[in-house]
Amino acid sequence: MKFKKLITVMVIAVLALSAFVGCGAKDNTEAVSTDGSTSMEKVIGALGESFQNETGISFTYNPTGSGSGIQAVQEGRCDIGLSSRDLKDEEKAAGLEGTVLAYDGIAIVVNPENPVEDLSLEQIAKIYKGEITNWSEVGGNDAEIVLIGREAGSGTRDGFESITETEDLCKYRQELTSTGDVITTVSQNPGAIGYASVASVKDTVKAVTVDGIAATEETILDGSYVVQRPFVLVTMAGTELSEAAQNFFDYITSDEVKEIILDAGVVPAK
Amino acid sequence: MKKNQTLEKIVHGIFLLMGLITVGCVLLITVYLIISGIPAIKEIGIIDFMFGKEWASTAAEPKYGILPFILTSIYGTAGAIVIGVPVGFMTAVYLSKMAQPKVKATMESAVSLLAGIPSVVYGLVGMLVLVPGIRKIFGVPDGASLLAAIIVLAIMILPSIIKMSITALDAVPKEYEDASLALGATPIETYFKVSVPAAKSGIAAAVVLGVGRAIGEAMAVMMVAGNVPNMPDSLFQSVRFLTTAVASEMSYSSGLQQQALFSIALVLFVFIMMINAALNFFLKREKE
Repeated sequence: MKFKKLITVMVIAVLALSAFVGCGAKDNTEAVSTDGSTSMEKVIGALGESFQNETGISFTYNPTGSGSGIQAVQEGRCDIGLSSRDLKDEEKAAGLEGTVLAYDGIAIVVNPENPVEDLSLEQIAKIYKGEITNWSEVGGNDAEIVLIGREAGSGTRDGFESITETEDLCKYRQELTSTGDVITTVSQNPGAIGYASVASVKDTVKAVTVDGIAATEETILDGSYVVQRPFVLVTMAGTELSEAAQNFFDYITSDEVKEIILDAGVVPAK
Repeated sequence: MKKNQTLEKIVHGIFLLMGLITVGCVLLITVYLIISGIPAIKEIGIIDFMFGKEWASTAAEPKYGILPFILTSIYGTAGAIVIGVPVGFMTAVYLSKMAQPKVKATMESAVSLLAGIPSVVYGLVGMLVLVPGIRKIFGVPDGASLLAAIIVLAIMILPSIIKMSITALDAVPKEYEDASLALGATPIETYFKVSVPAAKSGIAAAVVLGVGRAIGEAMAVMMVAGNVPNMPDSLFQSVRFLTTAVASEMSYSSGLQQQALFSIALVLFVFIMMINAALNFFLKREKE
């Protein structure tokens, strides 16, 4: 009798579990899924929306971060990965392929009360390495410089540190996990300096010019504004995209979407 | 009769299954954490991992020492307890023993409301009010610090401490207090020498619950603590907790870094288990 009861329970358990398993499979044919860099949210969101309106194919974007996005492509969990840094050699060796969609300038932001208007790339590097610690050394008020940065692994941090050649040397006072937090913190503290995508800079902070050049569309594209990084579409080399994903890929790399990319605050690659 | 029995059995099975889901989740999480947390500890070496003073997970030569996180979590929690427990305890004594019923009802609902505020809201208020406030009051360059985290945590643990202490104090038999009063003790003497000692294991459980809440909090702390993996040797230092160490790097991590984050989660899990065991101990003692 007891044994029978046990069997009943086990049968129910197995049935219940199989119900969960059933949810796992998903149909990818009529949808495009993207996954990756949170910095690309604005541009990929705008592109996805217009693609959806034109073709009726549904589009999803999962803002997880460049590393997660690249991993998702590798594991086949999404159609196109989004990375706000160039692929590393080991990632290319693993069969991944990157296509530059656009260039994003990284703005150096300070509090609006700060009189400093211009910094050289070298000064920025020295500030972040802790060699310059007071604003008066770069023409500002006599106040300690408070370094605001992003968390290890962030695309923006990686981009900023590789451009300024300060990898592993930055003496951060705060490591924040989103662009919005960086902007808010810099806007709250008169001594703070931070970095963020040009597209996400708001009026609450002031973007300084770098070597006398402000971050604009022309200066980013012609390379004269030096603090910039690529937005990369990541796919598996040799693996064919689904029809919907291929359509999407062709669409967002075509000339007709240039305006949309510009509207999102970044500069189209072509 | 037979039909009834079958129905009974089916219902019994369903209830058992529902119970098993919970147990299954706990087991699944435990096993998963152990399996994914062990490899990095093995690779890094448990001594280097637990007692290493430097964390630089994405450096060219990565360092995975989590002593700064462990100490920060301990200091932060201890600080929150030092501030939160006296305030919470006094509030509980007042509400349970002295307050008018109307005042008690109003304040209790205020406390419940405090418990219901999402932690991200605590973080936001901390970021916009507390952090600049600390910068101005103490004249430090930046207010995001261990102190800011301690204050936020102290406020966050108040509701659980107050509620559990009230329950414990309310459960003290009225006869004890009446006897004490009849012997000539003042009400204050009665509360602190009779009621509180009688409710002490419940109050201890409240403190342990507060510790558990404080050590497990991530979101609010991440927004006010600065998140730099420094050793916590000053209250105004920018620090990173065990929880925020996992949360802040997880989204972009890969390889050994990711495994190490799981190991941090495992360490945190062990801490929480120990706190839970302490809680069970106190609760059991209260029952007896």
